[in-house]
Amino acid sequence: MSLILIIIPLVVSVFVLLARPNGVRSIALAATLANLAVSAFACVGFSGDGSFNHLVDLPWVAGAGIHFRLGMDGISLLMVLLTNLLAPLIVLSSYGRAMENESRYYGLVLMMLGALNGVFLALDGLVFYVFYELALIPIYFICAIWGGQDRIRITLKFFIYTFIGSLFMLVSLLYVYLQTPGEHSFAWEALMRVQLTPEAANWVMLGFFLAFAVKMPVFPFHTWQPDTYTASPTGGTMLLAGIMLKMGVYGVIRWMVPLASEAMHFWTPVFIVLAVTGIVYASIIAVKQSDLKRLIAYSSIAHVGLIAAGVLAWNKAGVQGSLIQMLNHGINVIGLFFVVDLIERRLGTRTLADMGGIAKAAPVFAALFMIVMLGSVAVPLTNGFPGEFLLLNGVWNYNVWLGGVAGLTIIFGAVYMLRAYGLAVFGEANEETARFADVDTREWIVLGVIAALVLVLGFFPGIVLNLTDGSVTRILGTVQL
Amino acid sequence: MDAFLPLIPFLPLIGFAINGLFGARLSKTAVGIIGSGVLLVSFLLSVACFNQVAASGAIQHTMYNFFTIDSMRVDFGFLVDQLSVWMMLIVTGVGFLIHVYSIGYMHDDEGFWKFFAYLNLFIFSMLLLVMGDNLLMLFFGWEGVGLCSYLLIGFWYTNKEYGKAARKAFIMNRIGDLGLLLGIFLIFKTFGSLNFTDIFSRLPEMRLDPAAVTLICLLLFVGAMGKSAQLPLYTWLPDAMAGPTPVSALIHAATMVTAGVYLVARCNPLYSLSPDALHVVAFVGMVTSIFAAIIGLRQNDIKKVLAYSTVSQLGLMFIGLGMGAYASAMFHVTTHAFFKALLFLAAGSIIHGMGGEQDIRNMGGLRKAMPVTFWVFLIGTFAISGFPLLSGFFSKDEILALTYAHGGVWWWGFAGFGALLTVIYMSRLLYVTFFGEFRGTEEQKHHLHESPAVMTVPLVILAILSVLGGLLNTPHFMHLGTPQWLASWFGPVIPAADMHLPESTEWSLMTFTTSLALVIIAGLYFVYTRRGNLPVADEAQTGLTRVVANKFYVDEIYDFLFVKPVEIGSRLLHYADTLFVDGIVTGVAKGVERLGAQFRKLQNGNIEYYLIGMVAGAVLLLLSLFV
Repeated sequence: MSLILIIIPLVVSVFVLLARPNGVRSIALAATLANLAVSAFACVGFSGDGSFNHLVDLPWVAGAGIHFRLGMDGISLLMVLLTNLLAPLIVLSSYGRAMENESRYYGLVLMMLGALNGVFLALDGLVFYVFYELALIPIYFICAIWGGQDRIRITLKFFIYTFIGSLFMLVSLLYVYLQTPGEHSFAWEALMRVQLTPEAANWVMLGFFLAFAVKMPVFPFHTWQPDTYTASPTGGTMLLAGIMLKMGVYGVIRWMVPLASEAMHFWTPVFIVLAVTGIVYASIIAVKQSDLKRLIAYSSIAHVGLIAAGVLAWNKAGVQGSLIQMLNHGINVIGLFFVVDLIERRLGTRTLADMGGIAKAAPVFAALFMIVMLGSVAVPLTNGFPGEFLLLNGVWNYNVWLGGVAGLTIIFGAVYMLRAYGLAVFGEANEETARFADVDTREWIVLGVIAALVLVLGFFPGIVLNLTDGSVTRILGTVQL
Repeated sequence: MDAFLPLIPFLPLIGFAINGLFGARLSKTAVGIIGSGVLLVSFLLSVACFNQVAASGAIQHTMYNFFTIDSMRVDFGFLVDQLSVWMMLIVTGVGFLIHVYSIGYMHDDEGFWKFFAYLNLFIFSMLLLVMGDNLLMLFFGWEGVGLCSYLLIGFWYTNKEYGKAARKAFIMNRIGDLGLLLGIFLIFKTFGSLNFTDIFSRLPEMRLDPAAVTLICLLLFVGAMGKSAQLPLYTWLPDAMAGPTPVSALIHAATMVTAGVYLVARCNPLYSLSPDALHVVAFVGMVTSIFAAIIGLRQNDIKKVLAYSTVSQLGLMFIGLGMGAYASAMFHVTTHAFFKALLFLAAGSIIHGMGGEQDIRNMGGLRKAMPVTFWVFLIGTFAISGFPLLSGFFSKDEILALTYAHGGVWWWGFAGFGALLTVIYMSRLLYVTFFGEFRGTEEQKHHLHESPAVMTVPLVILAILSVLGGLLNTPHFMHLGTPQWLASWFGPVIPAADMHLPESTEWSLMTFTTSLALVIIAGLYFVYTRRGNLPVADEAQTGLTRVVANKFYVDEIYDFLFVKPVEIGSRLLHYADTLFVDGIVTGVAKGVERLGAQFRKLQNGNIEYYLIGMVAGAVLLLLSLFV
C-alpha cells in the first residue's frame, strides 16, 4: 500500500513527461484521485496504537544498512491523507490556466506528489533524505518555468536556501548513522536508539533544525518565502504552502526530536522563541500588505510559526494541535491561494486597492471566500479553531508568557484577514469589479469542497485527532525530555 | 425533552442554512416565516425546558465528543439549568419579537434573506453560549456571536465606514477573547476540566491559591469587558450602530452584550472566592457607567444615545456583580432586555417613519404622527429611568440597595449618580424627539407615518413586558406578592445575596433616588420643549461640551496609541525584512551564483535535458530496489 502511493504518481509522471499524451490534465487528475482512493483505503483496518502499518522493507544497499523501508503510523497517515486530499484540488485549480508545455507541468506536479508521499512514509534515514531532496527539484522547475516576474532570481534563492539547509541535515543524519552500534543502519528505530553525547546532540539537532526551519519557514529563515510564494504559479504556491512546508514540521516530529532528544533542553527555548517571534513579526508585516498573495504568504509564516512552536513544546496538546493544524492550514491556504488566482485571472491584478465591491457582482464567490477566510482566522466551528486552540494551549503549558504572546495571533489574524477581505469584497464596486464574473462550475467544485471541509472538520475535529492520538502518545512516551 | 434539546439551537442553524442557501430564490414572505418560525419553535421548546427544570432540576445532554486530548475531554454538550434556561427564554423570546419586527423593517432591503440568515446564525451562536456545558462551548458561542455582530454591523457592505465599524467590533472583541482564552487555559490547568459542573463541584474541596483564583477571574473578566463593552474596550459598541436597527436591538442591547454578565454570573462560585476580582469588576462597571452616561448627554444621533445608554446600563450590571448581587444583575439583564429592545425598536420605527433620519435635532413633535411609537417610547424611557413600579425601577433599585449594603454610601452614591444621568439623557431624548415643533424637511414631514402592525405589535408586547417585568422580583419590603421570585428561581445556581439593611433604610434609599428621578423627568420637560434649549449644531459647540460631544476623543487616542504604531511598524518591518534580514542571505547567494557561472558552461540550458536526466535518475534509484 505504501509503495503504491509512491509508484502511481511517479510512473504516471514519467509517462506524461516522456509520452506527452493529449488530455494530460485528466490523466493527472485521475492519478491524484487514484492516490486519494488508495490513501483512503489505507485507513481500513488501520491500527492507531502508534505502530507502523503497511510496512515495506526492501534491501537497497543492504551492506551499508540502507533499506527501502516505508510504513505508516497515525502521524504518517495524516500527512499522506493531507497530501493526497490536496493534490486533486491543486490539479483541478490549475485547469483554468492556459500554459505552454502542459504535460511537463503536470508531470512535475505528479513527481512532486510521489516524492512527498515518500517523505511522509520513509522509515529509513537515507530514503527520507532522498525523497526530501527529490521533492525540491520539481517544485524548483515549476516555479522557474511558469512563475511570474523575476522568477529566475527568486527561485535560485529558494533553491540555494533549502538545498544548503538540507545538506546540514545530511551531515546530521550521517553522524547519527555512524554512531549506530555494530553494522551501521539507517533504520529509523536504530537511529533513534543511539545515545548521543550532549554536545554531539546539540550539533545534530542544529543540523536538522536548519533544514526544517528553512522549509517551514521559521523566522529568521523565512526570507525566501514571500518572494517565492508570490512569484510562483498558483499550483506551485499551493504545493509549497499546502504540503511542502509540512515536510519541515513532520521532520521535526519524526526525525529531529527523536534522534537528538538529548539536545531538547538546550535548543527548545531558542527555537520556540524564534517561532513565536515569527508569529508576531509576520503578522505585523501582513497588516499593511497591498498585494493579496504576499499578504497570505506572510500569514502563512505566522501560522506555521505557531505550528512549529506547538511541536517544540512537545506536549500532547501542542503536538496534536500541530498535526490537525497542518491538515487544516493546508486546506485553508489552498483555498486562499485559489481565491487569489481566481481574482487575478478576472481583474489582472492582485493589488487590494484595485479591488472592492466584488460581493455585489459575485455573491457565491464572496460567500465561499468568507468561509475559507473564517477558517483561516480560526473562528470556532471552522477547521482552523481546534488546532489553534490546542497549539496555544500547548505553548502556554510550556511557558505562560510565550503562550500569551503567541495568543496575539488571534487578534492580528483577524486584523489582516478582515482588512484583506473587506478591501477585496466589500465597499463600492469599481468599473472592473462591477463586471466580476461569479464562480464557474470548476471553481465552484474546488471552493465548495474546501468550504465543506472547513465546516465538517470544524464541527468534528475528533475525526482527525483520533487518527493521530495513539501515535502521538507513543512518540511522546518514547521520547521524553 | 433531552432528545429535543439540541433542536433549540440547531433549528435556528437550519433556518440559517435554508435562508442562506436558497433565500435569494424564495419570496420575502417565505424567508420571513422560516426565519421567525424556527425561533418561535425554539422559544416554545425553551418554555418546555423551563417547565422541566422547574419540575426536576437541571438537564444535561451530550451530543458528541468534540475532542479528547488526554484528560482534556470536551463534549458538544448542553447544560440547561435555572440560569441558562432563563437566558434561553430571553434570547429566543425577545429574539422572536425582533425577527417579526424585522419582516416589516427590512422589507424593502435587497439583502432581506441574508439578514434573516445572519440573524438566525446569531441566535444559534447565542444559544450555544448560554447552553454550553463547558467553557469551550461557551467560547464557540462567544466568538460566534462576535462573528454575527461583524456580519450584521457591516450588513450594508458597500459603505466603507460601516465596514470599518464591523472590523473594529470584531477585533476589539478578539482582544477580550484572548483574555478569556488564557483564562480557560488556567482553569483547565487548575481544575483539570473545562466542564462547569466539574469545576464548581471540585471547587469546595480544593485549597486554591487566592491569587490564582483572582487571576482566573480577571482573565475571564477581560473577555467580559470586550463582549459587554466595558472600559477600556467599549468603543466598538457605539460604532456598531451602523448595522440595521433590529440588530442594535437584539445583539447590541438585549442579548449579546449581556454575555459578559452571564459569564460572571455563571462563574459566581469562583468570583465569590476573590474579593479583589469583585472589586475590579465593580470599579470598572462604575467608571464605565458614569463615563458612558456623560457622553450620552451630548449625543444627537438617536441610536448613539441608546448605545451609550446600553454601555452605561451594562456598567450598572457589573456594579451589581461586583457587589456579589449576581441574581440582581441577571434581573437587570432581563428588564434591560425588555426596555432596551423596546427603545431601539421604537427608534427604528422613528427612523423608518422619518425616511432614514437619525439626528434628533431634525425631529420634534413626532408624538402626533406616530402615536403608538410615542407611547411605547415613553414607557421605555420611564422604565429605564426607574419610574415607580415599572420594570427598571425594581431591578435598578435592587442593585443600588445591594450596593449600599455591600459597598457603603460612596459606592451607592456613584452608582446612583450614573443612574440619574441616565434619567437626564433619556428624558432629553424623549422630549426633543416627540415634543415641540417638527424640525425636519418638508419631504420628511410628508413622508412621516406610523409603522405597520408587524412592527408595532412587537413594540406593544415589549412595552407590556417593560411595565410588568419588575414583578418577577419585587422586594420583600414592598409586599407586592411573589417577593424575590427570580432570585429564588436562580437559587440553585446563584446563592442569594445577603441584604442586611433595615426596611426603613431601603425605603429611604429608594424614595431618595426615585424622587430625584421624577424631579428630573418633570423639570427637563420644561427645558427641552422650548425651542431655545434644543441641542445646537456641531460647529456651535464649545469647550467641555465639545469634548463630550466628541466622546472625549477616546477613538482618536486609541488610534494614536495602538492603530498607528502597528501600521507604521508593519511598513517598517516589511522594509527591514526585505532589506536587512534578506540582504544577508542574498549576499551569500550572490557568491554562490558567481561560482555557478563557472559551471554554467557545462550546461546547455535545455530544460528537457535536465528533466529527463532527473526522472531517469529517480527511476534508476527505484529500479535498484529490485536488482
